[in-house]
Amino acid sequence: MTANVLSVKDMVVTFDDFVALDHVSVDVAEGESFGIVGESGSGKSTLLRAVAGLNAFSAGTLTINGQSYSGRSRSKDFYRTVQMVFQDPYGSLHPRQTVDRLLLEPLAIHGFDNVDQRIMRALDEVGLGSGFRFRYSHQLSGGQRQRVAIARALILEPKVLLLDEPTSALDASIQAEILNLLEQARKDRGLTFVMVSHDLGVISHMCERLAVMKSGKVVETVTADALESRAFAADYTRQLMTASEGFRRV
Amino acid sequence: MSGVVGTDKLLTVEDLRVSFPTRTGEVQAVRGVSFTLGRERLGIVGESGSGKSQTGRAIMGLTPKHAKITAKTLNFAGRDLLAISDRERREIRGKRIAMVLQDPKYSLNPVSTIGRQIIETLKTHERISTAEAKARTLAMLEAVQIRDPERVFSLYPHEVSGGMGQRVMIAMMLICGPELLIADEPTSALDVTVQLEVLGILDKLVAERGMGLIFVSHDLRLVSSFCDRVLVMYAGRVVEELPSADLSKAQHPYTQGLLNCLPTIGTDRHPLPVLDRKKEWAL
Ligand SMILES: Nc1ncnc2c1ncn2[C@@H]1O[C@H](COP(=O)(O)OP(=O)(O)OP(=O)(O)O)[C@@H](O)[C@H]1O
Ligand SMILES: Nc1ncnc2c1ncn2[C@@H]1O[C@H](COP(=O)(O)OP(=O)(O)OP(=O)(O)O)[C@@H](O)[C@H]1O
Ligand SMILES: [Mg+2]
Ligand SMILES: [Mg+2]
Repeated sequence: MTANVLSVKDMVVTFDDFVALDHVSVDVAEGESFGIVGESGSGKSTLLRAVAGLNAFSAGTLTINGQSYSGRSRSKDFYRTVQMVFQDPYGSLHPRQTVDRLLLEPLAIHGFDNVDQRIMRALDEVGLGSGFRFRYSHQLSGGQRQRVAIARALILEPKVLLLDEPTSALDASIQAEILNLLEQARKDRGLTFVMVSHDLGVISHMCERLAVMKSGKVVETVTADALESRAFAADYTRQLMTASEGFRRV
Repeated sequence: MSGVVGTDKLLTVEDLRVSFPTRTGEVQAVRGVSFTLGRERLGIVGESGSGKSQTGRAIMGLTPKHAKITAKTLNFAGRDLLAISDRERREIRGKRIAMVLQDPKYSLNPVSTIGRQIIETLKTHERISTAEAKARTLAMLEAVQIRDPERVFSLYPHEVSGGMGQRVMIAMMLICGPELLIADEPTSALDVTVQLEVLGILDKLVAERGMGLIFVSHDLRLVSSFCDRVLVMYAGRVVEELPSADLSKAQHPYTQGLLNCLPTIGTDRHPLPVLDRKKEWAL
């Protein structure tokens, strides 16, 4: 049995008197790819943000790589180990910085060598040629921006990648390329993924297990195989499965 | 289906071009796009960076100032959109043509609450009391499936989730009852159950009020089940136009490739097939 690289136990996050995470527990093994699906507003992003130290949690425990964390304080080393791709590429990239600057900054902070080569390779991997290197992020389309955010997370070669709707702004062809890239990186480097998506097809393709969230709680944790064979228990999971078949005019 | 849905023209776009000067040369974002829209649901799918958002922005009059924009025709309900005055533009924008932007949370005003912003939109276009505006705002938030409208009414944009931001933007754009709605990836952050509810609202507005809808999305399953027609864009041009029901019979290799690379539950293809993009597609 492999050790859990990420363990969240009974985590509570509140905003004033609104409870965004209500005793959430999640365990992710080293090298595993773990999915999170669920209702809009159910706390998926809040969970990732609390792990990354962007939201404080008021109760529960968080252990990553054997180390316990509380509140929002995270060491510089933490960000070598854990990187996050945010749901909103517009918010996570400074609009007045060039793509080059955005990729260079994390490399410089963590003292990487061969920066030029790394930047070129990272852009190439996400399907953006060198022609984009000196563009400002406000000069990019939504999907191009999302790919820069993915490149920026991968460039530090982290062990754990928190991915919040990483392909929701991409057309199917680019999505396929990015998903393949992520899978390859996971294989090559033994990465661990925690991935939020509302696309059950994407989750079942990428993840071995997944948690289904609703109203700040995990309603169930199932394997991707169980999703396929419809061996799940919660009503809400069933509703999600039915709705994912497309629009029906009534 | 109601008889209001039809193809009497609301919008005519002919040879629309948008380009940007940049440090490394001119970027041609839109290169001769033409289509017409009636009181129907028109889907636009296409590659990331193919000019979908810039097409929508040009119609809405939101093209950045330094960009070059030309068209043989850009006509909305008998008005030449490239010739009208700024004042007329402002009157049309928001009231008669509305656009749900792809980055909703960042196109809202960060220092004003959501409720205040929707009320403000309503009051610029209609003469109503604040109490009535507030009631309509709360009703609209509820209609787009916001669970706790009172709470969300008083939140700031950075305090709502991705999908809540999208629904707030939809509420804000629908509240004045536009004749044309351009929705740029309006449901990409919504879980599938809420997504269907929101689409149901848009569907009703088309069917019952005769609104014209341009629905930009990368979600092929959704577009094929929701829209009447689909335009497929690649490298700034429309490469194919199809009735949505015939999406699976697409002729262009880009469209065919798109359909083939979707991950689905129950198929196990690692790695996923990818497109072999040909130079001539971008000519
Ligand atoms: N800073 C904040 N202040 C107040 N409420 C907040 C804040 N951040 C998040 N919330 C609330 O917490 C709840 C969960 O938000 P979260 O972003 O985690 O949802 P989500 O599951 O990621 O949804 P989506 O799928 O729509 O992105 C929402 O109701 C949201 O309004
Ligand atoms: N201000 C700008 N300066 C230079 N190029 C720009 C600018 N804004 C957009 N572009 C370019 O124009 C092209 C079309 O952009 P647009 O946003 O319309 O794409 P899109 O089809 O909406 O893509 P996505 O699906 O990724 O959102 C892209 O290649 C983009 O990089
Ligand atoms: Mg979220
Ligand atoms: Mg776009």
